[in-house]
Amino acid sequence: MNDFAAAMWGSLAQQDTEPLIRWIWISDHVDEIVSRGLQHVYLTVVTVVIGFLIAFPAAVYASRHRWAVSPITSISGVLYTIPAFAFIFLLLPITGLSLTTVVIPLIAYSLLILFRNTLAGLDSVEAEVKEAAVGMGLSKRQLLWRVEVPLAMPVIIAGLRIATVSSIALITIAALIGRGGFGQFILDGLNTFFWTPLIVGVVLSVALAFAADLLLLGLQRLATPWAQASGVRAVAT
Amino acid sequence: MGAGIRREGGGDVNGLLEGLRWLVDPANWSGIDGIPTRVWEHVQLSVIALAFATLIAVPVGLWIGHTRRGRFWTVQFANVGRSIPSLAVLSIMFLIAVKEFPTLAFGFLPTIVALTLLGIPVILINTYVGIQQVDPDSVEAAKGMGMSGRQVLWTLEVPLAMPLIMTGLRLAAVQIVATAGLAALIAGGGLGRYIVDGFALRENDRIVAGAILVAVLSLITDAVFTLLSRVTSPKLSSEPGKVRA
Repeated sequence: MNDFAAAMWGSLAQQDTEPLIRWIWISDHVDEIVSRGLQHVYLTVVTVVIGFLIAFPAAVYASRHRWAVSPITSISGVLYTIPAFAFIFLLLPITGLSLTTVVIPLIAYSLLILFRNTLAGLDSVEAEVKEAAVGMGLSKRQLLWRVEVPLAMPVIIAGLRIATVSSIALITIAALIGRGGFGQFILDGLNTFFWTPLIVGVVLSVALAFAADLLLLGLQRLATPWAQASGVRAVAT
Repeated sequence: MGAGIRREGGGDVNGLLEGLRWLVDPANWSGIDGIPTRVWEHVQLSVIALAFATLIAVPVGLWIGHTRRGRFWTVQFANVGRSIPSLAVLSIMFLIAVKEFPTLAFGFLPTIVALTLLGIPVILINTYVGIQQVDPDSVEAAKGMGMSGRQVLWTLEVPLAMPLIMTGLRLAAVQIVATAGLAALIAGGGLGRYIVDGFALRENDRIVAGAILVAVLSLITDAVFTLLSRVTSPKLSSEPGKVRA
């Protein structure tokens, strides 16, 4: 055991009676928990909405012009592969400790998931259905919004669910530059060897992910009453 | 020395250039804190964790896919896995290690355990889906030809599932390499050291260099596994039902 470890162990030995969760800490920190939660939700919404606003038109374009599929997949694949936390620290000298520094890498990470699922959803609409719609006199725009998007909705939302749940987990690392929602509690717990904030941070982050997932599932049921929501499988990325 | 971390705003591309300059400075390519040492630490952590995760998740995935048992729980497990922050798994493993195994807490162990746990869900779900999606008619036909369950698994199901199994390994490997970058937060070494130390010392060039190294290592990992999956996937000939290995 090195000196540092010994010192840590010494300070921990006296905390041996420390309970896993100190409820008093939680009741003392309700305000902070709420504000960190709002921060986490805000970052999630910004990430997924902007990600979708980029990925959706790209997928529509790629479904009409097949040559575009491969370059867009490659670019978003590279962005997906660059670890978000490394990306954050790459941006740090340029955008500082701002929200932009956090949001850009998170959006970059979500693009591949959103693009692939939206494209797969649009591709799943049968050619006969589209021909029938065109035969009925629908314009290209009407075809997209009235036929293709509604039919693709289950797969599109499946992608949104994966992107949202992954983003909520990933956003915790924003705490590394002081911008994290629940991640801040995880870091606090790690730095002070104190279980309560760590557990609070993890539990709330996972709970938020599940709540968001359920919300999107409900949205999907509402948007596509004819489809069996549970029968939809997202595209593995 | 870096220019110090800017507060809000910024717009200083020089930071990136400084990082590149730090990266090519021969002084940073030797010694116990040198780039080769840190890269080697990072690779060791990642390879060991991926090996453990594979040894656990692939057999379980094959078994679940083959017997088609427990599919509901497999999917749930993968979903839960996706929602748990990597940072949390690392932190929890470190605190447990500090409490239960203090002599090992400040080495590689907590990081390797955490990275292994993080790699398991994605390998498991891809292996399971890969096996499970094999056409049931083909499985029936193989059984009808007198193949045992084991033969069906190894000669039919595993080769056909190979692309998805490799996708799982690739995703797990990239995630493990990325998360190993956070290992420095819990005294675990690797390339994240540059980022964490640089942040503490307010040296932007060191931070940027560390971030570039982690990003490049992730991209290399992705490329290596993409190649591996091309090599290991069976090429389906135009004749239906015939598989060339």
